[in-house]
Amino acid sequence: MGYVAVKGGLRAIEESGKRLRYERLKGRSVITVETIKNTLRGMIDQIMSEGSLYSRDLAALAIKQAEGNAEEATFLLRAYRSTLPRKYYSQVVEPREMRVKRRISAAFKDIPGGQILGASYDYTHRLLDFGLDKENLADILKWLKEFEESPEVEERSHRTTLPKVVDFLREEGLITTVENDDTEPEDTTRKSLEFPTTRSERLQVLTRGQTGAMTALGYAAIRGYGTVHPTVGELRVGYLPVAINYPLDSSETEDDGLYIGEIQVTEVEALIPETKELVNGKKEIQFGIGYGICYGQNETKAIAMSILDNCLEKSHLDSPVHDEEFVLMHIDCVEATGFISHLKLPHYVTFQSNLDSARKTKVKDENDEQL
Amino acid sequence: MNNYNFAFFDEGSKREIRRATLKAIALPGYQVPFASREMPIARGWGTGGLQLTLSLVGKNDRLKVIDQGSDESVNAVSIKKLVIGTTGIDETDKTGEATLIQSRHRIPEAELREDQILVLQVPIPEPLREIEPSEYATKRLHADKEYSGVWLMLFEQIMAHGSVATGADHPVLVHDRYVMAPSPIPRFDNPKLDHSQALILLGAGREKKIYAVPPYTKVVSLAFEDYPFEVERMAERQCRLCGAAGVYFDELFDEKTNEKYYQCNDVSYCLQTRISLS
Repeated sequence: MGYVAVKGGLRAIEESGKRLRYERLKGRSVITVETIKNTLRGMIDQIMSEGSLYSRDLAALAIKQAEGNAEEATFLLRAYRSTLPRKYYSQVVEPREMRVKRRISAAFKDIPGGQILGASYDYTHRLLDFGLDKENLADILKWLKEFEESPEVEERSHRTTLPKVVDFLREEGLITTVENDDTEPEDTTRKSLEFPTTRSERLQVLTRGQTGAMTALGYAAIRGYGTVHPTVGELRVGYLPVAINYPLDSSETEDDGLYIGEIQVTEVEALIPETKELVNGKKEIQFGIGYGICYGQNETKAIAMSILDNCLEKSHLDSPVHDEEFVLMHIDCVEATGFISHLKLPHYVTFQSNLDSARKTKVKDENDEQL
Repeated sequence: MNNYNFAFFDEGSKREIRRATLKAIALPGYQVPFASREMPIARGWGTGGLQLTLSLVGKNDRLKVIDQGSDESVNAVSIKKLVIGTTGIDETDKTGEATLIQSRHRIPEAELREDQILVLQVPIPEPLREIEPSEYATKRLHADKEYSGVWLMLFEQIMAHGSVATGADHPVLVHDRYVMAPSPIPRFDNPKLDHSQALILLGAGREKKIYAVPPYTKVVSLAFEDYPFEVERMAERQCRLCGAAGVYFDELFDEKTNEKYYQCNDVSYCLQTRISLS
């Protein structure tokens, strides 16, 4: 007898689960969650951002369980997130109050407060460091001691002292004026998107977007399938304090919140030239802002987000990257990988139905020829 | 799975999904948006159905899950394991014994009753998506009951192929109001939607929509007077195992004799028939 529609599923799944466990364990080494947390910073940042859950511990656990597979780890975090009740919304977080660790501007060389390079891969040569193969704890401790004691390293934190680059341009009247919109944002994880969306909804979807998808669409937008040409006015990486209202206090005042901790974010303000037509028919150039912000140090993603944010403000333009449904419906990691991977499921019934239609049209064609 | 609440979700999430479900029942065939949660199984693998099931399941329920007709298909087993694992309720393969049936792409052959709920998993809930990619636009088309696009699609198929060439997911008109995508079940199952005694709920997790065919609702498959609706031709076929006719068949191939043969797609139905014969 031929291959009969997948039967014995229960046993098959159990055995497959064992195989998977074997693949993770067969190297006979243990990587601790602590080690992952202390060494895989880039990956943890990506997973927290795409997983939309700020927890380095859980991200590290997910990475261990998923053997470092980014889409699986993101998936684990998101599924866990579904089991958590939404208890509080934070008070408004003001990025101006960021404890800045890194801050650059591609628009101006001299910015008040100065450019702070911080930790960055940007100017490293991407040469494999074969020395890392033999790296040991003693070497690490020695290097750390020297580094931490050197006079150049003085743990400097900048909070509230750094003015924003866009503020200077705004004072000069070069930034497109927009009305302040303090409407209470919808929570896209509690109410699904309906089109047209509001900007706060778009920013929520973008910030949890898949890094690769965001990069690809942002790249398309600046390469030719879009009409934005951004300059990074300011990119910041640092820590933001988060506070909630006192749980039992029903008053609306936000003055004395309860501080619950800080989150690391990357924030980007991109400047995008726009033409403004004046009353007398003359044209003026000014700058619009594209905004990107995401958990952790994910600079490419934050820049891509700033590009896409601005693209979606220009929905009248005729390119997929300006189409909010095209962008917002396809950048979510869990949704995109889920639907692509569902193609592995059996489609015996539906295919049989297609087959019936195909055969029917074939028979019709043959009959026509005979006539 | 002791770290999780009964039926996985927190109670607030369940209530929210049930509210959307009630709205869907009040508006037969209308796609109600809901805040679809990420599930421990992948989007596109039945998360819409799963969320409905988890929001509805109670301690006295008896669950049946089928995937393309089979209780033992790997994905059906995986979904069942999750629901049973987080609830501890009983499962069954027998259609008649289940109070809650989650299914992918089939309506069971045995007729469902008033005390049963059928949950169908839906990949693409929008019947107009093929004609109009924009959700903003299709929502308006439904509001205006502007369905000429879907009629034109069927007409063009007749012009091109001499017959309607829809596969599974042939569009239906529910309660004379909304055109609805039936999830995709094969055309063979479309008539079972009409005046079904059981409540039929359809859930699309990735597309974040819930819709419903309440019991005893009129459901008509779209067709023209001179080109009536046709189900897949199963007439001359017979099940090799139980001898049943007039059901939906899997088409199989015998490697030894090089012959095509048929078997009930609804495995539970096939087993029941064989038991009652012996």
